[in-house]
Amino acid sequence: MASVEFKNVTKSFGNFHAVSDVNFDIGDGEFVCLLGPSGCGKTTSLRMMAGLETPTSGQIFIGGQEVTHLHPKDRNIAMVFQDYALYPHMNLADNIAYPLKVRGEPVDKRHARAREVADVLKIGHLMDRLPSQISGGQQQRTSLARALVYPAKVYLFDEPLSNLDAKLRLEARGFLNHLQRDMGMTAVYVTHDQAEAMALATRIAVMDQGKIVQYASPIEIYRRPATTFVANFVGNPPMNLVEVEGAQADGRLALKAEGLGIGALPMTDAIGKALATSNRLTLGVRPEHLSLAGAGAQNTIVAPLFANENMGPESLVTLDRGEGARVTARIFTDDHLDVSDTVTLGFSAEHVHLFDSAGNRIPAVGE
Amino acid sequence: MKISLPAFVGRIAFSALAALIGAAFALPLIWFLFAPFNARAELGLAIPDPWTLNNFVTVFGNSYAVQALWNSFIQATGGVILVGAAATLAAYALSRSSIPGKGAVTYTLLLFSSVVSGSAAMVPIFLIISAAGIMDTHVAVILTFAGGLLPTAMFILRDFIDSIPKSYEESAMVAGASPVQAFFDVALPVIRPGIVVVVVWAFVNIWGSFLIPFILLRSSDNMPASVAIYSFYSEAGTPIVTLLAAYALIYSLPVVALYLFVSWKFGFRFFGGIKA
Repeated sequence: MASVEFKNVTKSFGNFHAVSDVNFDIGDGEFVCLLGPSGCGKTTSLRMMAGLETPTSGQIFIGGQEVTHLHPKDRNIAMVFQDYALYPHMNLADNIAYPLKVRGEPVDKRHARAREVADVLKIGHLMDRLPSQISGGQQQRTSLARALVYPAKVYLFDEPLSNLDAKLRLEARGFLNHLQRDMGMTAVYVTHDQAEAMALATRIAVMDQGKIVQYASPIEIYRRPATTFVANFVGNPPMNLVEVEGAQADGRLALKAEGLGIGALPMTDAIGKALATSNRLTLGVRPEHLSLAGAGAQNTIVAPLFANENMGPESLVTLDRGEGARVTARIFTDDHLDVSDTVTLGFSAEHVHLFDSAGNRIPAVGE
Repeated sequence: MKISLPAFVGRIAFSALAALIGAAFALPLIWFLFAPFNARAELGLAIPDPWTLNNFVTVFGNSYAVQALWNSFIQATGGVILVGAAATLAAYALSRSSIPGKGAVTYTLLLFSSVVSGSAAMVPIFLIISAAGIMDTHVAVILTFAGGLLPTAMFILRDFIDSIPKSYEESAMVAGASPVQAFFDVALPVIRPGIVVVVVWAFVNIWGSFLIPFILLRSSDNMPASVAIYSFYSEAGTPIVTLLAAYALIYSLPVVALYLFVSWKFGFRFFGGIKA
């Protein structure tokens, strides 16, 4: 196990900067998720760690040793590919044992070790099969077994669960979480699925357009998203963002928007600074912090009903605020659901997030 | 299922027409199979009476004819090894590396390939081979064919390799394999069906060609079977049909055998990607 460090790493393809001037470090034994939409540079970053891409500039360190221009084979890393990359002409035993073969282990020894790992992953009975003769879930576990068969410094995962169906994905996610607890491995995991990142990571690096927007623990990212991009990316469904007009009144902050009723918020220096630039702010409230409100509620959003989706334990109630601006609430189905044409959603002031006109978070009181 | 009378008549007419066309194509083949076993074979179709192997005995008694088959084998095998090995390496490099303008290179080569083994370039090829001092050798024929077939072989193989995910070799290299190891352990077995297609295609091309060996070879000791067939003509220029038929059958067997072997061993099937 080892740490990983990126120092001013840039990767350009022609004029396109896939990764631009990225800095971060991954501690020994950490499970870091690179999270972002497609094309944000997360896979390119992972491939640079693996040595499959060379940075245009900057340095990469693994375990304190610079590896920027080192060949993949000399980095002692393991990687699970999105398409699994199982060798179609080798049976599972040879597939899993391949890393040991190139390390010069004798055939009986490496097959015994492959069998050991395969048994843990419950594919030990399939060792004679070809990859084309097993199911997708078994293929996924085979590729995982091939990565785990030798002790690597860092384990890299490139969207390893994206080709599985929903149920298998949950199962595999739980297993990966268990594995991380068990082995304490240093892992870097690329995904565009925020739920996967939240469930697995000790820290998440949210990426957008080749840059890291926020690098923090899952709970930090959930509670204090650094930008509207992060707020809009993390959470299921993501945070509701409402464009508001802010003004200072009697030493407090008054927010105005169509259909929004909100009591004045305490004023801070940070808010004052944001208002000095522009009075256009963004108010964020997570769907799970919205509830069906009566007439007396202090903070409310009122708008016509757009959709009401019953998910079993909860319902997703979506309001249409016009011009494509929607607000979604997660309402426990147990609550009395009396959704009519116009819905009033209530929220508490402590759950309000504020962002300035550039989309950056304005720290709340006490942050 | 009931069909109407006009449709029924239409089908019969269609089948009859198809059978007629089929027969026209089948007749030469039937002659090809019957004539070698007929001691009095002529250009007309006749069922051998009696069946005999005398024609083959005569052919195998002709040392020039047997030597020619062996020459064909040397030239075809040599050419195939050269084309197979060079095309695989070149196509792999063209597919996997990021050389600027590699697409243009492939298409230009492809354009010229029809020229190299075509009759248009016969004079320059003759002069080059002559200047290189390898006139009347197997090497001359092998090199000329390799030059002519390589671009197309590379093109077919590059297309094939392009369709194979890079992640095979990448996963091997991450697992600790050198690029050479990754190529031989992982890439080569996966692209083998493509190589087999190219090899069979190249073999058939060289085995069946007449013009290039006819021009580049002088001595009868080096002539391949395609040229040697001319020895079964009488001095007056009329073909000795019995021997010609027997030799033609022997000459075509290796190609048929190769197809059968490959289709049995590889089935001309491709691994393709594993279901993702």
